[in-house]
Amino acid sequence: MSTTGLAVADASAAVQPRRRPSLLRRMRRYPLPTLGALLLVVLVTSALAAPWIATHDPFEMNVVDRLQSPNAEYWFGTDAFGRDMFSRTLHGGRVSLIIGIAVAAASTIIGLIIGVIAGYFRLADAILMRIMDGLMAIPGILLAIALMSLTRASVWVVIVAITIPEIPRVVRLVRAVVLTVREQIYIEAATAIGTRFPRLMLKHILPNTLAPLIVQATYIAASAVLVESYLSFLGVGTPPEVPSWGNIIAEGRLYVQIAFWNILFPSVFLGLMVLSINILGDGLRDMLDPRLARRL
Amino acid sequence: MWSYVVRRILATIPVLCVVAVIVFLMLRLSPGDPAAIIAGDNATSDDIAMIRAELGLDRPLLQQFFLWLGQLLSGDLGNSIYLARPVLGLIMERVEPTLALSITTMAFAMLLAIPMGVLAAWRAGSWVDQTIMALSVLAFSVPVFLIGYGLVIGLSLSLEWLPVQGFVSLGEDPVGFVRHLVLPTIALGLVYSALLARITRATMLETLSEDFIRTARAKGLAEPRVLLLHALKNASVPIVTTIGTGLALLIGGVVVTESVFAIPGIGRLTIEAVLQRDYPVIQGVILVIAAVYVFVNLAIDLAYPLLDPRIRF
Repeated sequence: MSTTGLAVADASAAVQPRRRPSLLRRMRRYPLPTLGALLLVVLVTSALAAPWIATHDPFEMNVVDRLQSPNAEYWFGTDAFGRDMFSRTLHGGRVSLIIGIAVAAASTIIGLIIGVIAGYFRLADAILMRIMDGLMAIPGILLAIALMSLTRASVWVVIVAITIPEIPRVVRLVRAVVLTVREQIYIEAATAIGTRFPRLMLKHILPNTLAPLIVQATYIAASAVLVESYLSFLGVGTPPEVPSWGNIIAEGRLYVQIAFWNILFPSVFLGLMVLSINILGDGLRDMLDPRLARRL
Repeated sequence: MWSYVVRRILATIPVLCVVAVIVFLMLRLSPGDPAAIIAGDNATSDDIAMIRAELGLDRPLLQQFFLWLGQLLSGDLGNSIYLARPVLGLIMERVEPTLALSITTMAFAMLLAIPMGVLAAWRAGSWVDQTIMALSVLAFSVPVFLIGYGLVIGLSLSLEWLPVQGFVSLGEDPVGFVRHLVLPTIALGLVYSALLARITRATMLETLSEDFIRTARAKGLAEPRVLLLHALKNASVPIVTTIGTGLALLIGGVVVTESVFAIPGIGRLTIEAVLQRDYPVIQGVILVIAAVYVFVNLAIDLAYPLLDPRIRF
């Protein structure tokens, strides 16, 4: 492994510095991930720009116009309080966006720290991994539901409740990388010339975890968006005063027979958001780790 | 062999202990006074003190833990605060719908996903493969309630073929039992089969590139025989392992699906408990489900030699 690594390094040093393929060419080579990325950009923009794109105030109630089907005035119809579904759906995306990003960032950072410690220090490994095994034995949604019951619901509590069950998988991933890397000869060489632990981590071990972590983070973001909607749908997630796709659907389910658009539009936006992140994740995996790509 | 079996069985003990500690600490480490949280917003200080004494929250933490663990080991999961009844009894009352939905979903997903995964691996790179894989990403991304309500609107409300929601016990009315389970099984099974199809394809691709497959083809075996008897049998261990670890995902899905179809199972019990802040019930459900997860995965591990005689403990 290390010898081939050296050979590759030598070869690339000998030839002309390789030109990076243009963005357009790379996009043509990976059509599906490009489509996913574009779709994600559209959804993220619509969520960020919701206050400007939205045709109505998402909280404004017009009882006269309640449960209208989609029309020129209300593009996605109205809900049981006469609130505009188009505006609510756009605004709902903001919560999903925040939660997806926050959960992905928090769980990868915490997982990275724990994983590095577990992979590098034998004693800590035994204890930390038993804790992770225990956490993994509890279904993620169930654990999140239980955590939500401990305090008053808010977007931050939702983030914590979704992050905790996601950590063990990141820890396992990072630990596995650290365990293989630490046996490499270049680590031995670095230790031999007196490299200290923090530098060893930053310069030699962490870069190896980066590619799989980025891929994992996208999958976690997709899963977090989905889990948030499940929690809110079950009535234990984002509080109703903050519109999220999950709680809009939860409110709409009572009227599914007479106004199915109340659950259709937020569900479709939610599904497209999760789908686009997952496709992007698959694409990143194929680009960053061709070996794994062939297998999966 | 027996030493491995014994060691594997013993290895479940620390995991279960960690689960017990997590479940115990969760309530105690929560921000704020757990007794006040349980009592709710309108409680008087007397109510709070009563709940604190009833749950033993006024004792030292370590003493609380061992008291609780002692009860747990004697099979006592405590009493529901809201219903004042043993938690274990409440769980047993609700277990049938959850178990039934889990089993039918698993069976449906396996029947759908394994052939799909085999087909995709066999024709890797072709349009068949790409279609199956695209559908699996789609099924994995779509929320259960979109598929669920789609099926309800299409098959129940419009065509009136199947009941909209609810559950009928198998002992009470076998036909009704099946009719009520069809839609939830399809809704959840589609999501779960996406995971299974991907892992089946991945392990089949690996097995199909091995020498014994080339030998099997070279000696003129029919392709179905090569695929099913030689390749799939050898790919079965990772597939079954994924079914085991995917159980956590399945149970999570069951909780949501029960809400979509108003099925009175353990998922509904948990949500009701959370809304009423009935902590003994929440703790009991988590403990029981984690134990099921650990023991199913233990059983799968111990079953490896049956699937692959090369594996010996």
